[in-house]
Amino acid sequence: MTVKALADLELFTPIILSEPERDISGVYIGDLLSWVMGRAESGNAWITIMSNLNILAVASLADTSCIILAEGVKVEEEVIETAKQKNINIISAQCSIYDTAVFLSQVL
Amino acid sequence: MKELSLNILDIAENSVKAKATLTEIKIVEEGDKLTLTIKDDGCGMTDEILKTVTNPFYTTRTTRKVGMGLPLLKLEAELTGGNLSISSKHISEYPDEHGTVVTAVFHKNHIDCTPLGDVVASITTLIQGHPDTDFLFVHKKEEREVLLDTRELRGVLGDVPLNTYDVIKWIEEYLNEQYI
Repeated sequence: MTVKALADLELFTPIILSEPERDISGVYIGDLLSWVMGRAESGNAWITIMSNLNILAVASLADTSCIILAEGVKVEEEVIETAKQKNINIISAQCSIYDTAVFLSQVL
Repeated sequence: MKELSLNILDIAENSVKAKATLTEIKIVEEGDKLTLTIKDDGCGMTDEILKTVTNPFYTTRTTRKVGMGLPLLKLEAELTGGNLSISSKHISEYPDEHGTVVTAVFHKNHIDCTPLGDVVASITTLIQGHPDTDFLFVHKKEEREVLLDTRELRGVLGDVPLNTYDVIKWIEEYLNEQYI
């Protein structure tokens, strides 16, 4: 499934799709950025509640397909601007991390 | 990072890369406040670079395009209601007193505060990896003060390298004893 196709589903709201046709393979969940940096795999959709600029660096290093901000977490404009420059996809989900993960396991 | 001691290792490696002859690592715990200071006499940074170091997409590495040491430390300090400050004097402008000081303040009682972790392991790892540079380590907590100065050790050891197995073991024990 592509990031665009996922973002179009009712549960999600796209925040910035810099690379909409990127394929999603697997999911990683975590908020401790240094931990995620070493463990998330290339192509993973990464579910987190962290929303600062550092998440973009982690997504870039781990080469995740998209960041999914769960629990309705908001991001600042600076993060969206940088995501655009660094080709990073960000999607928002209103529901909990668990519900987001359960949903992903059904659709992926 | 999972433990502050890993951040210490990461930041002190920057000092070594900046060709510091002495890197001072100080942890001071007073009540709820923990202040970590890493000070070196390395080449320092220009104002231009200083402005970018807490941006995660800046790095001194050439192998990848993002550097996470300082941005992560800043984030971790701020998560506890603390802060990170960096001051630096670049060798081009200050030929006699160059270097960098990184200061991070944490509030230990904040629920998101990262545990300090195994500081002794971090210090011994640093010395083992960089036996030719000096480290001054101080950890003050209320009345107790843990101290290690590799310059003093060097005076006693003479030509024996600091990363000799027996020396590293001794340093580890020496530090651990002070924590009892």
